[in-house]
Amino acid sequence: MSVDLDYSSLAERRADGARRLDLALDGLTCAACVYEIEAALKSVPALRSARANYADRRLTLEWSDDTFAFPEVAERLRRMGYRARPFARADGEREAMETSRHLMRCFAVAAFAAVNVMLLSEAVWIGQWGDLDPATRDFFHGVSALIAIPASAYAGQPFFASAFAALRAGRLNIDVPITLGVLLALAMSVYETVVHAPHAYFDSAIMLLAFLLLGRWLDSAMRRKTRAVAANLAALRAPIARRIGADGARSAVPPSALAPGDIVEILPGERVPADGVILAGASKLDESLVTGETDHRAVGVGESVYAGSLAFDGALTMRVEAANGGSLIDEIERLVEEATAARSRYLQLADRVSRLYAPAVHVTAFATALVWLAAGASAHDALVAAIAVLIVTCPCALALAAPAVQVAASGALFRAGVLLERGDALERLAEIDTIVFDKTGTLTTPEPRLVDASSLDAELVALAARLAHSSSHPLARALAAGHPRAAPLDGARETRGEGVAAIVDGVEARLGGPRFCDLERESAACAARDPEASIVAFRHGERTAVLRLRQVLRPDAREIIAALEERGLRVIILSGDRIPAVETAARALRVAEWRGALKPADKVAWLETLRADGRKTLMIGDGLNDAPALAAAHVSLSPIDATQLTQAAADAVFLGESLAPIVEALDLATRARGLIRQNLTFAVLYNALAVPLAMAGLLTPLIAAAAMSGSSLLVTINALRAGRARRRAAFRAAPAAQLHGSEASA
Amino acid sequence: MTVLLFLVPLALILGALGLAAFLWALGSSQYEDLEGAAARILADDDLKERAP
Repeated sequence: MSVDLDYSSLAERRADGARRLDLALDGLTCAACVYEIEAALKSVPALRSARANYADRRLTLEWSDDTFAFPEVAERLRRMGYRARPFARADGEREAMETSRHLMRCFAVAAFAAVNVMLLSEAVWIGQWGDLDPATRDFFHGVSALIAIPASAYAGQPFFASAFAALRAGRLNIDVPITLGVLLALAMSVYETVVHAPHAYFDSAIMLLAFLLLGRWLDSAMRRKTRAVAANLAALRAPIARRIGADGARSAVPPSALAPGDIVEILPGERVPADGVILAGASKLDESLVTGETDHRAVGVGESVYAGSLAFDGALTMRVEAANGGSLIDEIERLVEEATAARSRYLQLADRVSRLYAPAVHVTAFATALVWLAAGASAHDALVAAIAVLIVTCPCALALAAPAVQVAASGALFRAGVLLERGDALERLAEIDTIVFDKTGTLTTPEPRLVDASSLDAELVALAARLAHSSSHPLARALAAGHPRAAPLDGARETRGEGVAAIVDGVEARLGGPRFCDLERESAACAARDPEASIVAFRHGERTAVLRLRQVLRPDAREIIAALEERGLRVIILSGDRIPAVETAARALRVAEWRGALKPADKVAWLETLRADGRKTLMIGDGLNDAPALAAAHVSLSPIDATQLTQAAADAVFLGESLAPIVEALDLATRARGLIRQNLTFAVLYNALAVPLAMAGLLTPLIAAAAMSGSSLLVTINALRAGRARRRAAFRAAPAAQLHGSEASA
Repeated sequence: MTVLLFLVPLALILGALGLAAFLWALGSSQYEDLEGAAARILADDDLKERAP
């Protein structure tokens, strides 16, 4: 690349004048490499600190004065085989990190308090049958109060805040009964301690908080990890924009740093980094990522181009334009917004249950008090029985039932190569009965491939691939990607827009356009036979080859579609590509229902029709034109190659070449739903047993503690079954290795 | 049993010290990269001066 990568302008300036820059690292595969990187960067002048993080695959640089030269760092990293790309930490990610830490602090305090209170409580329980004198018991209760009250006040914050917010909005959520249970248990225990009564529930209250906090922390940690990996992949895949400054100087910046009015240069083989208008140059554009159309569009001065398009054969200079309301992007953003607003807010299963649960519990407690009063008991006894009901029904198992399964299942999904963006996607995924696929880039590979390689001379193709390594043309790069181990040829020269040539065994080898290789007639014949393919010609002396490249179906597409149909799902293809191209693909995949030449709004209309028929749809797509449909579907997936806007509209992203993660995700979701239902059933059963005891006034602190922790543990252990890996040798394509590895460099 | 008046608070104070140490470690980002830290301990950069 002709321009030094200089990201120092993106650094964040801190209060003490130091600058700090976060980079995503590609190629970091061993924990020990962390040290290797830090040692190598130690001697860079003016660099104050370099800290690599293996868990997140990130590198943080800090420097204070302007003599620091970023290219030096980039060069050292490159020589060690790492690629670093800057990325802006999303606001959401920073927030998630804060939440995660806060939950951990709360959990630590609650767990500490729970252990100590439990020690004291056990002494009291055992003392019941022994010779524990009332003074010692009161002392133990007093110490328990001193530990449990401040600890609950601190560790209960997440629940109190959420319950308070819900009550203020006039709603009930699961945190309301939790808060009520904890507060009542503490209040009653303090009263009992003061009146020297034998029973105090400090242990139940604080242990409940510890269990719930652990569940919430695991949930947030899992989500944070998924999000960090997704952000890294996005940073590594984002194209580098070559911005031309007012003085003509070029600097490399990530697309997120571009502002309207910036002038950007795009070389052949590069993706357009932002939406804009062409100022100079002309090229064919591959817009399959934008419109789903596989035909290339020729663009010239004054025409609009969209982020994600690939400049095929010419260099372009463009001006970045802000959205002005009339462009394709605006249209798509408007559709996405409408679809998101229309998607009725999905109510999670656990929330639906807790909506019934909270009123039922409160009514039961109230009824208990009334019955006791009617039976002639004192107000104190009636109140104690009612509070006991509220304590024992504090929905510990219920609150853990769904999140615990979700944590285990999203961990398993993560290993299968699916990154969940939204927490409730798993539940929605289990409900679907229809799958809508986009064609281009989803059922087919995003990059073109060499077709019919077996009919060509393998040796000649290998030589062509070696030559292709020296070219930046998208077709050559696709050819080279098919032979990653081919050694580049020395002395290869590229003529932009024509081809690349080198001397091999004393004879010139040429790879490029038909005219460049003097193979126009053969190429024309070949193109006539396969009009959808792009043609690359190759000549080595007298030996020639005409190579056809096009987007082919993903290797396991047919298998996966068959597997989906076997599960009783209705499969539909909705594509923005031309009708004949869609027909060919649908026939090859044996999909009976398909539509071509659809505009983004048409796809949304189709999904609306399906919804009106009562169908729950999973939409899978990668193009910008799919984004509104992804937002409109019941649940949506997109491959990692999709544009940023598209990924933002999807509920989950899957990695790798294979479509197997889709089947895996569906199976896991179904299993997770089964486990959530089991857990909820169990939580209800537990209540059915414990509530009568409490209503009868037979609940002692010992029973309360045993029942609560027992049910929580059982629910959690049951949830772990969602994460158990299944032996599915056929689909073990190990996309997990790509999570952090070389996948992004493809 | 009056010894409890002395022992229970002492045990609690020791436990609280441990909790404080954990919270401090959490606050100073020591749990952000567990695998990296495990590898870093093996680095012998403090022996650099003696190397040839």
